[in-house]
Amino acid sequence: MPYTIIEKKEIASSVHMMKILAPDVAKAAKAGQFIIVRIDETSERVPLTIADFDATEGTVTIIFQEMGKTTKQLAKMAASDELQDFVGPLGTPADVRELGTVILVGGGVGIAPVYPQAKAYSEAGNKVISVIGARNESLLILEDEMRAASDELHVATDDGSKGHHGFVTDVVKNILDSGEKIARVVVIGPPILMRVAAGMLEPYGVETLVSLNPIMIDGTGMCGGCRVSVGGETKFACVDGPEFDAHKVDFNLLMSRLALYRNEESKCLDNHNHKCTCKGDN
Amino acid sequence: MVDRQAMPLQDPKERAHNFNEVALGYSGEQALAEASRCLECKSPKCVEGCPVNIDIPGFISCIKKEDFDGAIDTIKLTNTLPAVCGRVCPQEVQCELHCILAKKGEPVAIGRLERFCADYEREKGVTPPVRTTSSGKKVAVIGAGPAGLTAAADLAKAGHAVTMFESLHDTGGVLTYGIPEFRLPKAIVRDEVEYIKQLGVDVKVDYVIGKIKTLDELREDFDAVFLGTGAGLPKFMGIEGENLNGVYSANEFLTRVNLMKAYLFPDYDTPIKRGKHVIVVGGGNVAMDAARSALRLGADEVSIVYRRSEDELPARKEEVENAKEEGIVFRLLTNPTRILEGENMTVNGVECIRMELGEPDESGRRSPVPIEGSEHVVDADVVVIAIGTSPNPMIFSGSEGLETNSRGTIIVDDSGKTSLANVYAGGDAVTGAATVISAMGAGKIAAQAINEYLSN
Repeated sequence: MPYTIIEKKEIASSVHMMKILAPDVAKAAKAGQFIIVRIDETSERVPLTIADFDATEGTVTIIFQEMGKTTKQLAKMAASDELQDFVGPLGTPADVRELGTVILVGGGVGIAPVYPQAKAYSEAGNKVISVIGARNESLLILEDEMRAASDELHVATDDGSKGHHGFVTDVVKNILDSGEKIARVVVIGPPILMRVAAGMLEPYGVETLVSLNPIMIDGTGMCGGCRVSVGGETKFACVDGPEFDAHKVDFNLLMSRLALYRNEESKCLDNHNHKCTCKGDN
Repeated sequence: MVDRQAMPLQDPKERAHNFNEVALGYSGEQALAEASRCLECKSPKCVEGCPVNIDIPGFISCIKKEDFDGAIDTIKLTNTLPAVCGRVCPQEVQCELHCILAKKGEPVAIGRLERFCADYEREKGVTPPVRTTSSGKKVAVIGAGPAGLTAAADLAKAGHAVTMFESLHDTGGVLTYGIPEFRLPKAIVRDEVEYIKQLGVDVKVDYVIGKIKTLDELREDFDAVFLGTGAGLPKFMGIEGENLNGVYSANEFLTRVNLMKAYLFPDYDTPIKRGKHVIVVGGGNVAMDAARSALRLGADEVSIVYRRSEDELPARKEEVENAKEEGIVFRLLTNPTRILEGENMTVNGVECIRMELGEPDESGRRSPVPIEGSEHVVDADVVVIAIGTSPNPMIFSGSEGLETNSRGTIIVDDSGKTSLANVYAGGDAVTGAATVISAMGAGKIAAQAINEYLSN
């Protein structure tokens, strides 16, 4: 049962947005969930977070960065192309409820999964302060969308090309130091950002949630490949998460497990590039 | 009487390096010779030992007359997956255990004859089934594994409109993700599923019940629901080092190899760590499958680490023999105590302890007791944990009133009926991890009960 790509565009350098026709998934999706995509018969099953969904239109939007073979292959696809498999919504939805003021932090492509959460927290009656960041301005995504979904938006870039010159964590620290009462902070981005944020936030005693993105196959609790250590207990990110208490996550284990297939990934990419050259531009 | 005909096998030295099927199947002559051993008992005990009640003397009598079409037709009256069952059923504890010949010597090789008939039909081309007139009733089947496929086939034959929901991208359940190609070629599974589709079953893959739709919603949309969701959640031992890189659950290891075809990497994109020294913990069929797969992926040494003795190995004898022939090392009466950490959180050996058998436990098996001070390190860079699975609880979100027991399995009566009016269940989701054929038997019983329920 193939799934048609309705829209596709490069929204930042090597970062792509893709809207896929998947009415069953769109109808059931909630903020914080993810999908698994398999391009064709020989592809991996790749988990990607849901960036947006529209039940009326029957579409689910994903945003991904070109990294390995699969995401590079995905990036070459265009509207009206079909994906062989698109499974979801998977994972437990984010724990969105009325809390008061929340800070939502998105780093790099991590801004994508933060966007539906910003909308959901806002709808639930919270004051939403969003802090988004990227290495530089050209890599910053969803700025307008995030502004519309938040009560306050702060931007940070590593090189200072837009907004605060520095990291998103600096901005969050300033907000907390200003004395505003914050009920919860949600941080989604590269594991290193989530680890740094968790460490920075610890002394403030503020509840901090992160969304983890380990390697997985089925996404339904069957393989256990996505196991993470939370508070000393082993959890399966696909069914127990992907959202967890940031202060309890073993980020070093997460990062080491994410790097498990680094050699194989580059071999796979080489093989892919080689085939492309041999077969012409395909 | 002629001797029981041996199954021709691929040479162990060769097969240890390829994923082609190990058992090659009987020739026509062998099938005739084996069939001639059947006494065609008046009250055949073998049939009682078959969870799907195949008319065993009936189909063997057809083989004797060289009426192979008649033989496969007889089998298919009660068994929808003969090519699968002929390969993976533990006949030695079912039909063949009850064979009258087994009392004095060796039983008729019923499983091998079943496989012969199924392969004969496959080669010839399977006749598409005739569809039954519609009953006007709709049934949902959750899970496209052995239980679900059997239930779906029987329900479709009874004229019900059956929709089968599968969360993975392919059908077959454990037949596809679990059992390796060298024991059950995937082309065979595909063909058997194709036959079930031809019966009119609508198969929806990539469809996660509990997420896209809940059981409560399905109960509204369909007249009855069958749950064949399996026992998909892997168990770990809870020892130190189990989250290190290179430690897999058997489910993950086998899913990468079988469903995702990691053995064909990089032509297929999914990678797997090809260990030089692989340890598989456990003694069941799944452990044998994982060990033999690791060997075929190029390991120098693969060991089975099992805490009891050879007599207690839960795996089929035939598979243990095959594994030994291929060079799998059996470290029996041995249990892992921790997995040692190497560079970058990888596996660098497993510390094990020797065990001795003490008093029998509740299961009647003598329970293993560690021998103090016998700790030793076994070289390993990949570890596969194959100590069992438990039911996946995903189905239970949005299933108000569905009763389960403390082990997480669904509670049913003898007919497969659950605590909910129009919901039935069978297979590993009810029993915990068991065999393909017992799941098929349960699917069959539940289909009959659903039939009766729908005709009232």
